[in-house]
Amino acid sequence: MIYGRCAACKSQRRRCPSDCIFSPYFPANNPQRFASVHKIYGGGNVGKMLQQLPHYVREQAANTLYLEAQCRIQNPVYGCVGIISKLYQQIHDTEAELAKIQTQIACHKLQNQQYEAGSNFNLLPPQSSSMEQFQWPNQTPNWFN
Amino acid sequence: MKGIKGYEPRSSSSCAACKLLKRRCTPDCLFAPYFHSNECKKFAKVHKVFGASNVSKILIEVPEKQREDTVNSLAYEAEARLRDPVYGCIGSIAMLQRKMMELQHDLAIAKERLARCRAVAAAATITTTTAPSVIDSLHSDVTLPPFPEFSTSDDLNDIFCHGSSSQFLGRNETVDDFNQIPYIF
Repeated sequence: MIYGRCAACKSQRRRCPSDCIFSPYFPANNPQRFASVHKIYGGGNVGKMLQQLPHYVREQAANTLYLEAQCRIQNPVYGCVGIISKLYQQIHDTEAELAKIQTQIACHKLQNQQYEAGSNFNLLPPQSSSMEQFQWPNQTPNWFN
Repeated sequence: MKGIKGYEPRSSSSCAACKLLKRRCTPDCLFAPYFHSNECKKFAKVHKVFGASNVSKILIEVPEKQREDTVNSLAYEAEARLRDPVYGCIGSIAMLQRKMMELQHDLAIAKERLARCRAVAAAATITTTTAPSVIDSLHSDVTLPPFPEFSTSDDLNDIFCHGSSSQFLGRNETVDDFNQIPYIF
């Protein structure tokens, strides 16, 4: 059959059988898709990998093989691993920023509590000697050093 | 044996690739620097997923200085694919993308809360007029003093947060850089 062959069989210049393992996932109208996986994995390996999987996950497997092959073609040294590494870095940076902001929120809450507690003493005479009992600075946690 | 032309005994000096492929390991073997003779499992995994000839084609295309990194990343991908034959490394990427989205959401909420706290604190300092130097002793003006630089986020996590531990330090990039990887989940 000259027409109706999948991209894999066209690429390999062979007959495309009715039960071709590639044809559902590598259609003829997208030759670049098979070319990518063939370049990185080899057609034989892709066929073996798909054969070992149940039918209902083969499409997903073909999609992820294609994505990984594309990553490797675009970045021959690191491929997908480069993306994973960058994501880990981003996650670390974002976690650090989140922790910093949560610290600031906690400090603000503490200060607000102190403001509220401090405002209760506005009734006392400002020059009263009893103020010496309330030396707050010595009792506050050392947040800022 | 020594006199036989071209004979080179296959000894422990053969690299893992040549051992597995049952061929002579030449002095200029492409695989030898990266698949030592005691790393047979590593090469077996890479060969199973990519195939030796494809690996050699990939290695030839990259500069020699980067070949070790290339081999290590291929080994990582092969391991991931063998462990998860359907999703491979893409599964890990999808999981990390999801985590990143959740963190960005949490960060946005935290920033909003911080802005509200700062507004409350600013209002409190304005309305306080004759209070004793309680507030003044904390800081001289309405702005907060600079926070100390913690060496690792683990310190903060221990004190305040229950976030997961992180291992990498890196630069700031947005997840939008990874347009080629769709959000699978």
